[in-house]
Amino acid sequence: MSHIEIIRSGILTTCQDGGRPGWAHLAVPPSGAADRPSWRLANQLAGNATAACALETTLTGCTVRAHRNVTVVVGGAPCAVTVDGRPEAWGQPVKLAAGSVLDAGPAEVGVRSYLAFSGGLHPKAGLGSHSTCLLSGLGPAPVKDGDTIPLGPSPAHPPLPTQWPAPWAGVNDEIVMKLHLGPRLDHFAEDAVDELAKGVWTVSEQSNRVGLRLTGPTLRHRDPAIELPSEGIVAGSLQVPPNGRPILFGADHPTTGGYPVIGVVGAASQAAAAQARPGTRIRFAPIPMPQWSEVL
Amino acid sequence: MTAPQNTTSGGRLKPLPAGPRGILIDCGTGEAARACYRALQARRVNGSLEATDLVPGATTVLVDGVEEPELLAAEIPGWVLTDDTGHVGETVEIPVCYDGPDLEAVARIWGVDPEAVADIHTSVEYEATFCGFTPGFAYLEGLPEHYHTPRLEEPRTAVPAGSVAVGGPYTGVYPRTSPGGWRLIATMTNPRRLWHEHREPAALLVPGTRVRFVKVSI
Repeated sequence: MSHIEIIRSGILTTCQDGGRPGWAHLAVPPSGAADRPSWRLANQLAGNATAACALETTLTGCTVRAHRNVTVVVGGAPCAVTVDGRPEAWGQPVKLAAGSVLDAGPAEVGVRSYLAFSGGLHPKAGLGSHSTCLLSGLGPAPVKDGDTIPLGPSPAHPPLPTQWPAPWAGVNDEIVMKLHLGPRLDHFAEDAVDELAKGVWTVSEQSNRVGLRLTGPTLRHRDPAIELPSEGIVAGSLQVPPNGRPILFGADHPTTGGYPVIGVVGAASQAAAAQARPGTRIRFAPIPMPQWSEVL
Repeated sequence: MTAPQNTTSGGRLKPLPAGPRGILIDCGTGEAARACYRALQARRVNGSLEATDLVPGATTVLVDGVEEPELLAAEIPGWVLTDDTGHVGETVEIPVCYDGPDLEAVARIWGVDPEAVADIHTSVEYEATFCGFTPGFAYLEGLPEHYHTPRLEEPRTAVPAGSVAVGGPYTGVYPRTSPGGWRLIATMTNPRRLWHEHREPAALLVPGTRVRFVKVSI
């Protein structure tokens, strides 16, 4: 069993697994790894079930000491990896001997690197998940220097000898996201779909696991005086407050809201959004509402 | 063949797309939304609906994590909703002390003496119609329309845990210290009851729960 010790937590490092789906009716955000494909792949390469809990870093990486022999995979945002000061491979299983220190450096591109450990991490669970939720405070607090986090038993199957698929496709300076229009397109001005299709937005500094705040063209409401009663929101929703500045909701999004959602991006775009730094440009490719919503 | 009407709403349920795996059902009224939520729960229990989340809102229900939303969407407008009450368990009593900082302001808005605010607030049996904002927080409906209360112009940055507030048509209790724009009229003596993640269910006030406030003095 044993544990890892946090030597350097960086600006924000959290524990993340598959999150807490199924509790949204009690105002519990889904949480879980923000970049799911990277988290899943790092776990697979570490020989874990894909739902295992890993560390999710933010821009600055982190440093950990192992207190037992453990295999580690650093995936997600590419970064320099060292063990006791010696360079090691990013995106591949690295054997870490008890007492050794692994450093995942600052993200070279993207935002969030994942440190997956064979056996997975077992911090305090809340509602069946080890994920930190920044919005609700459920799950373990973000890690601090000196924290120790228990490791699960090593998996029976040794880590797969797979190579990380290269090149990592997660991040560009500009991301184009397919936006499924609805549910509240009718709350927006006539030109909103045109604006969405031709506008370019920039990820602002006020962005986190709850959502990306986007600066750029404003999306005008049809009638700003109309208030929408609170309604459920899905991850990937593009919500527009009356000021017209959209917010793209991420893993720790609120479960209900009173501002209209103009469209929703799918899983691949949500993963890309999780790796979008402030300054990244975002364009949308609007997908019309499905036919079934028009015939009613 | 004629499509059956939804008896509760009088109107049709309107499915709206909420991404590739979600449907937001606009039910028109809160009563229809509650009936629709119960209908969806029943379908999930009997295995005819697979969904990750069912999220009631004020006048909507969100169905999230559906493999083929178009099939569900085609079905929804024909549903017949029943008027069965969806109350969950016994009425929950919440002891509170009417000592909130906005008590006098709310009395002025309601056009009553400050002492009467407690009498009015305790006389209503509320229903937790939906949850949101933070785990353990439920939107409680039941206040007559003339006691609906405008929200603060400037929300507070920190409302203490246990604060009992009124805002719009709702009343509610803050389970933990958080920002808030509702007017504070009272304090719950033991707000830890509202949320306990190792209890089943974790929330004291799940959708469908009936609630009464009981006046106590410290």
